[in-house]
Amino acid sequence: MFNILRDLLRYNVEFLIGFTLTAGIFLFALAHFFAPYPDTAIYLLPPDMPPSPEYWLGTTSRGQDVLWQMSSAIWNTMTFGLTVTILSRLLAVTVGMVSGYLGGKWDEALMTLNDTLIALPNIPILLLVYFVMRDQMSWPVLALTAALLGWNHDARLIRSVVLSLRHREFTRHAVFAGMSVPQILIRQHLPYVMPVVFFTAMNNLIWAIGLEVTLSVLGFSDINRPTIGGMIYWANQHQAIIAGIWWWIAFPIIAIVILFLGLFLLAISVNEYIDPRSRLSRMGG
Amino acid sequence: MLAETIAAPTRTRPVLEVENLKAYYQMNYFGVSREVRAVDDVTLTINRNEIYGIAGESSSGKSTLIKTIAGAISPPLRVVSGSVRFDFGGSQLDVYARPKAMKAARWRHLSYIMQGSMNVLNPVRRVRHAFDDFAFKHMGLSPAQFRSRVEAHLKRLGLDPRVLESYPHQLSGGMRQRLTIALATVCEPEFIIADEPTTALDVLVQQDVLALIKDVQQRMASSVVFVTHDMTVHAAIADRIGIVYAGRLVEEGPTDDVFARPQHPYTAHLISSLPRLGDVSRRKALPGKPPNLSDPPSGCRFHLRCPLAIDRCRVENPPLVPRATGRVACWRAGEAEVA
Amino acid sequence: MDGFAKYLVRRFFQFILVVFLGVSLTFLITNLSPVDPVEQTVSLMTNFGATDPRSVELMREALAELYGLQGSFLDQYLSFWGRVLRGDFGPSLSSFPTPVMSLIMGALPWTIGLLTLAVIITWILGNLLGALAGYFRSNIPLKLAGAAVMALHPVPAYITGLVLLLIFGYAWPILPISGGAQMNLQPGLTLEYLRSLVLHGTLPALTLVLVGIGGWFISMRSLVSNIVTDDHVVYAELGGVSSGTIFSQYVARNALLPQVTGLALSLGGVFGGAVITEFLFNYPGMGRLLVQGIYRGDYSLVLGVTTMSIIAVAIAVFVIDLVYPLIDPRVRLG
Repeated sequence: MFNILRDLLRYNVEFLIGFTLTAGIFLFALAHFFAPYPDTAIYLLPPDMPPSPEYWLGTTSRGQDVLWQMSSAIWNTMTFGLTVTILSRLLAVTVGMVSGYLGGKWDEALMTLNDTLIALPNIPILLLVYFVMRDQMSWPVLALTAALLGWNHDARLIRSVVLSLRHREFTRHAVFAGMSVPQILIRQHLPYVMPVVFFTAMNNLIWAIGLEVTLSVLGFSDINRPTIGGMIYWANQHQAIIAGIWWWIAFPIIAIVILFLGLFLLAISVNEYIDPRSRLSRMGG
Repeated sequence: MLAETIAAPTRTRPVLEVENLKAYYQMNYFGVSREVRAVDDVTLTINRNEIYGIAGESSSGKSTLIKTIAGAISPPLRVVSGSVRFDFGGSQLDVYARPKAMKAARWRHLSYIMQGSMNVLNPVRRVRHAFDDFAFKHMGLSPAQFRSRVEAHLKRLGLDPRVLESYPHQLSGGMRQRLTIALATVCEPEFIIADEPTTALDVLVQQDVLALIKDVQQRMASSVVFVTHDMTVHAAIADRIGIVYAGRLVEEGPTDDVFARPQHPYTAHLISSLPRLGDVSRRKALPGKPPNLSDPPSGCRFHLRCPLAIDRCRVENPPLVPRATGRVACWRAGEAEVA
Repeated sequence: MDGFAKYLVRRFFQFILVVFLGVSLTFLITNLSPVDPVEQTVSLMTNFGATDPRSVELMREALAELYGLQGSFLDQYLSFWGRVLRGDFGPSLSSFPTPVMSLIMGALPWTIGLLTLAVIITWILGNLLGALAGYFRSNIPLKLAGAAVMALHPVPAYITGLVLLLIFGYAWPILPISGGAQMNLQPGLTLEYLRSLVLHGTLPALTLVLVGIGGWFISMRSLVSNIVTDDHVVYAELGGVSSGTIFSQYVARNALLPQVTGLALSLGGVFGGAVITEFLFNYPGMGRLLVQGIYRGDYSLVLGVTTMSIIAVAIAVFVIDLVYPLIDPRVRLG
């Protein structure tokens, strides 16, 4: 596994850039554990200060240090995204593998359910959940809901991988050797499924973070907890653009764009790596 | 050195001349370079009005050879050296030196029958569009005339002209194969390449298809090169055959002669593996496996599995030289026994 | 036509299933929430000053009836379905006594207009660019266009919209950034009104196009580069068929099939993008209605808009499903 990582870093430019950007943002977010001020404190510092040697990225109209706010915000946003991704991967892999392997009635039933869920518009449903939960809304609940809506598309992808594996020799050998279905799925098929899972995980992470930003920007989340979308929300509430406090909006936006770019580059470079046809064109073309 | 063909001499130039052709897969992946020598120094000539069969086992390089002759290769497969030259009624055409001229010559002078005709037709368009796309511009006829010419051609091949209005998925496998042959012959090209035309067909359909190819070839007096590992097909219709092993041509000659008196040990083995009526003796398999073309054996590539191998075979690669009615590449040619 | 009939039945059944599941899910979410909407609304109302207890009690009853919260779980479920099928979600609380349905009907054409236009442009442009980039791999202008489009892809919709708003609203103010049409114009088929419609719709539509085009480009380009290795394409090249014909008839037509299916699958997400964009540009569509409803705690409105958007998307998906057999003969003729 580490050999693959090392090779990708050395020979694949997109992967290198993506990895660097994402790792950079992640390290920046880690720094919030060492922040000199608590991240929910407001009006602690002189407000509306432009970037200076003392406050590298300036301060907000609510008396917070933009730099440290961003660090916490990115951490919270990423935590949310990762929770959604992990939960939805579990669902997608389970459904995809069971459906692909068992086939027949199970497959039909699960895929019909899958297709039905895909056709539902996600944002109105999420907004509805927020609306009826209101103050009881916490980010784990939102994450769970998003996870329940985000597994469909990838379950189909995983299912098609498993379908092709089902008919291969080594599967038949395993069946004859008496392996039970869960054993076959986990020990024999899972290694083939993992690369697809990784690719879909990157995409799902981008989607989940985008979701979080969208909801927070509208004010539909716990607005006292620092998140990237939340920062933009508060900036809008305080008319930051008109008041000329550009650093309050600009830096969170730049951070999000860098993070998304990094994740996106990781996703496409890994996808190119695992797709045998594109691998062939990279090899000799 | 160009080997002289000692087959039935024709006054005109040969229609295809392949000279010292080398085509390798060259790959560079994560810092590791690899070269698979799929076609390694092949020289052959094909005359007008003959059927030439290329035989060999899977992964012997015969399919790559045929694709290289047709000019249908793309990276990582590249022509490293050598040349492929056609002669269509007077003008010489070097496949790799003049790609534009080559493209204009396609279908009019050189057509191709692909392996597995299941999917060679566009699934979202009716069959007649294939004829329009491939052949119309070469025939110089009005649309109505073209249509009736195509219909007549189809009837001659035993196909109902109504297939023109169908979609490919509505036709059976056998019909699709006939259709492919019809498509490849409608412009009456001088040269037809067929890649495993009968593989994956049931025996009765195979008979039909072979008869069709032979009939078309005789009527148009064109040359056909076809590739198959099935020796019975070669026995049925080929005038001359060439045996390919590990990217090299190891024997060549008129079909009857090669079958009756194979000169190369590998050919002898191929011939002896064919079942014969009344013969109930056990067959022996060749030891070892086909060689790895990215790291081939030294000297003669067959020497590790050859029952007649001597020290010289390990060191020097035998050249393809004329012998009797054909050519052989073996230091001990003629000593092979047919079991 | 037998294959077609079977296909139609299956798709229609799927459509019914989606509506059924979606509406039920909406009902479940609202019903199972720990927050009581009646209490919530009452507290919102009584915030504006002291109210005497009897009126509060009357209000509670009225609200409970309005929200369909009387009776057992099954009663409520059935009465909810009744309301959906009748198209009656009651009056909107924030715009009392205007019925929710008429608010929705007022906003729906704006959203449909915006989305239809944006989706068509995005799908066509994205697929065209992607197909060309996938087929003519060494073409430099196409490569540059591809890089530009892909750089836009990971940027969230809100940010793309915000940047456009800043550019065209403040830096180079040539386009209106708020509203669906000019306020003082009489709606009608006049040239002036139509022009105003187009101008106001430009920025929201442009946002949606920039956000969505990357995805189509990437998937189409990858599809095309796989299709060029398919037997029928290789054969056409061996046959000396012209590049233009191969590109349009052999490659693009086959690549479009999964992209049409993909279009149907993407409609759920596209609607979400519309919500953000309408909010940002104050465009009078369903998205803005939904967000406003949430801000104002308007229970009936939120419920109504959510349900209707689920149904609207399901209908749109079904329509695309109907179109698919027209382009894929294998489905049409079995």
